Amino acid sequence: MNKTPAAGAPPKRAIDIVNASLKRRYARERRFRFIGLSAVILGLSFVGLLFADIIAKGHSAFVQTYIQLPVHFEAAVLDPDGSRNPEVLARANYQQLIRDALRTEFPGVTDRRETRTLYSMISVGAPTQLRDRVLANPDLIGTTQDVWLLADDDIDMLVKGHIDRGLPENQRRVKDQAVGWVEQLEAQGRIAKRFNTIFFTNGTSREPELAGIAGALMGSFYTLILTLLFAFPIGVGAAIYLEEFAPKNRWTDLIEVNINNLAAVPSIVFGLLGLAVFISVFGVPRSTPLVAALVLTLMTLPTIIIASRAALKSVPPSIREAALGVGASPLQTQIHHVLPLAMPGMLTGTIIGMAQALGETAPLLMIGMIAFIVEIPSGFTSPSTVLPVQIFLWADSPERAFVERTSAAIMVLLAFLILMNLTAVLLRRRFERRW
Amino acid sequence: MHTSTLLILVLAFMSLAYYVGRKRAISTAGGVTRINTLHSLPVYYGLYAALWAGLPALLLMGLWAGFQDDILVALVKSELPATMLDGLSPGAASLLVNDIKNLASGAIVSRTPTPEMQLAADRYNLYNQFAVWAMWLAVSALALGGMAFAWLRTQPKMRARNRVESIFMAILVIFSSIAILTTLGIVLSVLFESMRFFQEVSPLEFFFGTLWSPQTALRADQIGASGAFGAVPLFTGTLMVSAIAMFVAVPIGLMSAIYLSEYAPRKVRAWAKPTLEVLAGVPTVVYGFFAALTVAPFIRELGMSMGLNVASESALAAGLVMGIMIIPFVSSLSEDVINAVPQAMRDGSYALGATQSETIRRVIIPAALPGIVGGILLAVSRAIGETMIVVMAAGLAANLTANPLESVTTVTVQIVTLLTGDQEFDSAKTMAAFALGLTLFVVTLTLNVIALHIVRKYREQYE
Amino acid sequence: MSTTLDEMTVRTRATTSAELASGRESRETVGDVTSANPRMVCRHVDVFYGSTQAIKDVSLDIGKNEVVSMIGPSGCGKSTFLRCLNRMNDTIDGCRVTGSITLDGLDIYDKGLDPVPLRAQVGMVFQKPNPFPKSIYENVAYGPRILGLTNSKAELDDIIEGSLRKAGLWNEVKDRLDKPGTGLSGGQQQRLCIARTIAVSPEVILMDEPCSALDPIATAIIEELIDELRSNYSIAIVTHSMQQAARVSQRTAYFHLGDLIEVGETNQIFTNPKHKLTEDYITGRFG
Repeated sequence: MNKTPAAGAPPKRAIDIVNASLKRRYARERRFRFIGLSAVILGLSFVGLLFADIIAKGHSAFVQTYIQLPVHFEAAVLDPDGSRNPEVLARANYQQLIRDALRTEFPGVTDRRETRTLYSMISVGAPTQLRDRVLANPDLIGTTQDVWLLADDDIDMLVKGHIDRGLPENQRRVKDQAVGWVEQLEAQGRIAKRFNTIFFTNGTSREPELAGIAGALMGSFYTLILTLLFAFPIGVGAAIYLEEFAPKNRWTDLIEVNINNLAAVPSIVFGLLGLAVFISVFGVPRSTPLVAALVLTLMTLPTIIIASRAALKSVPPSIREAALGVGASPLQTQIHHVLPLAMPGMLTGTIIGMAQALGETAPLLMIGMIAFIVEIPSGFTSPSTVLPVQIFLWADSPERAFVERTSAAIMVLLAFLILMNLTAVLLRRRFERRW
Repeated sequence: MHTSTLLILVLAFMSLAYYVGRKRAISTAGGVTRINTLHSLPVYYGLYAALWAGLPALLLMGLWAGFQDDILVALVKSELPATMLDGLSPGAASLLVNDIKNLASGAIVSRTPTPEMQLAADRYNLYNQFAVWAMWLAVSALALGGMAFAWLRTQPKMRARNRVESIFMAILVIFSSIAILTTLGIVLSVLFESMRFFQEVSPLEFFFGTLWSPQTALRADQIGASGAFGAVPLFTGTLMVSAIAMFVAVPIGLMSAIYLSEYAPRKVRAWAKPTLEVLAGVPTVVYGFFAALTVAPFIRELGMSMGLNVASESALAAGLVMGIMIIPFVSSLSEDVINAVPQAMRDGSYALGATQSETIRRVIIPAALPGIVGGILLAVSRAIGETMIVVMAAGLAANLTANPLESVTTVTVQIVTLLTGDQEFDSAKTMAAFALGLTLFVVTLTLNVIALHIVRKYREQYE
Repeated sequence: MSTTLDEMTVRTRATTSAELASGRESRETVGDVTSANPRMVCRHVDVFYGSTQAIKDVSLDIGKNEVVSMIGPSGCGKSTFLRCLNRMNDTIDGCRVTGSITLDGLDIYDKGLDPVPLRAQVGMVFQKPNPFPKSIYENVAYGPRILGLTNSKAELDDIIEGSLRKAGLWNEVKDRLDKPGTGLSGGQQQRLCIARTIAVSPEVILMDEPCSALDPIATAIIEELIDELRSNYSIAIVTHSMQQAARVSQRTAYFHLGDLIEVGETNQIFTNPKHKLTEDYITGRFG
């Protein structure tokens, strides 16, 4: 049985040689397997780390610190002539009321600098809060009410524990004195953390405690709606033509190669296109959902076309033959028979494309979505920003309070993306068909 | 009098035309009982009428909306006293027009309005109003005219279905050409601006210069007053960040693809694969945030504790996070090509007494190598074009360095910075962004074409 | 090599079409399943894929220096049975083998037995030639390299030349050993695969329809080769072609729907089948 007569060596069965080296080979096998497993675990732990980091940073943004103060709605300040005229009430100096309340609460503070520190404990948005209360109920005038006032972001951070009270004073944004006041209020139960509705109802702001994602969400919503309106019909139409009707020639080959390449073009290049063509040449207004949607449509089209073609491919030819056989025109065959069967696949591709569009940032920076826009956009041509760009802008802000708001905005964005992808997966599962 | 209201009106005309066209077809045929004498189903006559009512009107509307403003501006400008436009550069003239428009719409104006400007603004408003009315009239007339035309043409012998279908087919052809138009648009827009850039800055300086300082100085005596556009530090920065990313992504991605497709029990694979692919669905801005606020400080601390001087915006942090982002990309592409290796190869190897890892390392990987290389090239192209991570986590300073702990800048970062700051449109600074865009586009396109070609050849080999 | 024709009692049972449906008891084998000088001994082998049974109670020996051919209609389980002999079925999910199969007296399905060295002893040649996408030289060198059979380049060269010679391919490829194996013709590729198998010095060679993808001339060359290889190895060959079985094998086993119906000297099976099903098959009434 031996065929390897090595010179000088006694004949040996091959299996013995094999068995001799087996241990070493298995050690290598285990090592290789271990490396593979570690790669998977490492990859999975990155997922875990990313999400844990975002959640750890962002969860506290869903609550907001409020300070309870007895506010005297001084008639002399609010309504000097007693007319209860809403215009007068709207313009009154509400900040005065808050300052008075603070001074009453901490009568020992007289020094100018200290007074300023004291005033800065309450958010600059609090006067508006009071105004809205008075306008809703003018009977408050002249009374003294315990009001929960929005705290400034530094105080918010201190209460949430993001500012370490153990640090030396000069390394802290909130000084010892203010910490003392906060501790006093805390002891009296006058500091509370409540659900942060502002985060979901406000547009952005320079003040972290007043900044919200509503504007960006609406901007994303308008942009996505338009993108869907443009991209879905065009994508499906192009897919039908290329897959079902196009003759096989150079032109269609070129289109095909083109689509595959476009899918891999860096997104920022689409931004350059939007800037140079849509804004400069066609005069589409900057910073609007319209121009964003045009750019995102071109960006997501390849995804939708490729997915739609795959869906069309999976419809067996027998169905087409059957329809053509009973006298349907080619277009009727498509619309009545092929499209309904391919639709789940097309929708899945579209949802994935829309998820891409929702998360896209870079090209939108080029076309002015980066502008600081406080108002919540009201239409397709009103200036707006979108959620990912808002995240980018906030991430750049130095305030500690913006870190948690950025993370929270990311959580909202991810929640939408997960929802969309889950829908796509379920859709695929539900309609997956084997022919 | 909003344009969208007009759009709705046209849509209403279209549905009316559909209804009328259908009715007309049935009545010309001689009633419901005789519709079999029609060439096509009544529906197609309806669609035929609707298309006639809608398409020309919509086309007119689009053209009108596109050109109305240019015409109005030209009109207003021609009526301005000649003294106001004398000696104005095109930029200043367009600024003036802008102010007139702002004045007209009641927005904030950058200068105190003169009576002439006020007059022009009033005229602009007047013309505008007139133009809007004219558009409404013209569009509605065209829609009604189209409807009437279709009504006249409707008779049993007319081949409505064929006509409608050929229109639809034409629309499909247009849709499928959009991909080509997009590419053309990209090429033209970056090429045009780049040409202008290269008229001011020599390509030699751009591609081989080592000093990048695009800030045009405010004072003449500032350093780099004219701006320096040597892009080499950008290229090396891009390459370094991409290389770090690939260093992370390729081994992890490839090994997890191998483990998941060859070793993992089905259950593990069923949840590990989609979980890993979550990484591909996370928006890049999230990675940027993660890189800038978590990874970069961590690396900095780590480096400091080892006595290394790490920049707070190190290439390493950006590259690492970019690598994480690319892992699922590499792993799913690799898995595809590994699965495409025929089972017969594995059988042949096992039948010779090979262990699983020997089969993978010595047969499957070599067999899948072209496909894997193609996938990696695609990943490289993605790394080079990735923007948000580097914008947020890499620096702005164009350092020519090989030290990954230092801060570098990349092509994409510079494009964003050049185009998002306060900008005057025709400056060399903004045009430089397009030249960088052109470079980026050409490089990624080349990589993609090569990669897709390799992958396709590879697929064909085993089909 | 002769096999004593020790007639086994034949339980004569009518075979109706209804009986062909699955879910019935296994049939007893007609003829002598044993070999005088057995190398591999299989007893009462059952194979399941999930809950379906692909092989039912099959017993068969493969003797030294003989070619055993396995014939039968498609889906009769002959390939499945062949793949049990070197545990290639292990790579298929949900495949379960019961009964005993021994190689030189060692149970190959013993828990402690490792399939990796087993496969070095029981080589396999597949239906479609499957050379690795490497050079001709590397294709043959692959086995000896991973198994660590040689220590020197010269030794390896010897093995490769020897194997290619035995596979009858040496003269055709000796000048282009560094060219890819996939560039050879189908018949050459299959002989390359045989050379690859021989290079690791197996004791048994399993061949799964080795000629089904080849033209008649290439088939003739391989058949001749099989006959030559018999002097050194035990060979089990699955084939679709009855003529091939008649030409190359000494003993033939007829499989039908997972049962081993009849085993005997090849001459006897083709000239004087004892079982009705065998007779129907070789006379071309079905299959």
